[in-house]
Amino acid sequence: MLGTDDGQVRAVLARILEEDRATLAREWAGQGDGDGRELLEALRNALGGTLAVSRIAEQDPAVRDALTSLSERRARAGAEPSATAMAILALKRTMLSAIERHTEDSALRYRAALLVNELLDSAGVLTFEVYSAGRERIIREQHSQVLELSTPVVRLWRHVLAVPLIGTLDSARTQVVMNNLLEAIQANEARVAIIDITGVPTVDTAVAQHLLQTVSAVRLMGAECVVSGIRPSIAQTITQLGIDLSHIVTRGSLADALATAMQLLGDGARPGAVTG
Amino acid sequence: MNTGLPILRLGDVLLGGLLSDLDDKTALAFTDELTTRIANEGIRGVVIDISRLEIVDSFVARVLMQLAATGRLLGTRMIVAGMRPAVALTLTELGLQLTGVQTALNAEQAMELLGWRRPEEAPHAS
Repeated sequence: MLGTDDGQVRAVLARILEEDRATLAREWAGQGDGDGRELLEALRNALGGTLAVSRIAEQDPAVRDALTSLSERRARAGAEPSATAMAILALKRTMLSAIERHTEDSALRYRAALLVNELLDSAGVLTFEVYSAGRERIIREQHSQVLELSTPVVRLWRHVLAVPLIGTLDSARTQVVMNNLLEAIQANEARVAIIDITGVPTVDTAVAQHLLQTVSAVRLMGAECVVSGIRPSIAQTITQLGIDLSHIVTRGSLADALATAMQLLGDGARPGAVTG
Repeated sequence: MNTGLPILRLGDVLLGGLLSDLDDKTALAFTDELTTRIANEGIRGVVIDISRLEIVDSFVARVLMQLAATGRLLGTRMIVAGMRPAVALTLTELGLQLTGVQTALNAEQAMELLGWRRPEEAPHAS
């Protein structure tokens, strides 16, 4: 943008921010006094510096901090990200009217307006980014918490383990379940692992694939695997989808599965786990 | 050829172990030695302990599968014992299921599968 980033305009804006700070902060309503002043102060200092206007919001540490803390505070207070961005953009109007008050030179006004635009647009974008980054962090944290919470491996009997699965079974969870289960099998010298899918709402081909994977991993370890908790509706779906679970031992309820496990244990000449 | 891999004989059962650094030549020589001994010594069961293996690649998986198939032809049961969880995970991810290979949690359980009992207690018998 031609001529928006010249020293003269920057000096004018810096002066406006310096002299009219109180007025600006007041006019720019909706912000707590602290934020407004902090941000305006940071902006003034940045304009006094040498950083290009388009980079101030991104790279000036004071401006960045002020914007970040403003965005985070508003996000915690429950504001929509668009509202926060709009608040920053509202500062534009305030600044423009301050420029109007300050100078009669229309060319200077125009250049100053362009500069304000450029500066505050990137600031608005930054608040939006901060907001969504914060949200994503929360989602990631919750995701890992859910993963950890929802995959307990319990010991039902000597040499018998059970994994009650709750919720959908995607590939990330399958990994965690398999890992926990295999470690537990080794630690407990388990011979039978029961995977209870009572809490799994739907079984599609992907879920079935993950189940098959888990079963074959368990068998590689030398234990037998029983899948329990298959509700009638799920059994129907599995049949309709043509998923072949014929080489997996399946039982309707956990109780039946436990009985089967005891049978498997009780067999002195247990046939053992033959994979494949 | 001497593979340097231990193969112990317990009655009519051979107990072998694979060590962590298994190259192709050693694996083949191991197969050779095992099959010869199965045939010559009237072996009924073979247990191969792989608890030292941290990596089982497709080659080793195939060697194990072939061993099992060969053993079956010679009238012997072969059991792979002690696979680590991480190895089991990797094999499953690779889609290698060790088809036809019998597995056990550890060498002790493998021996039990072949009919051996711990003398003082027989906890898993009904």
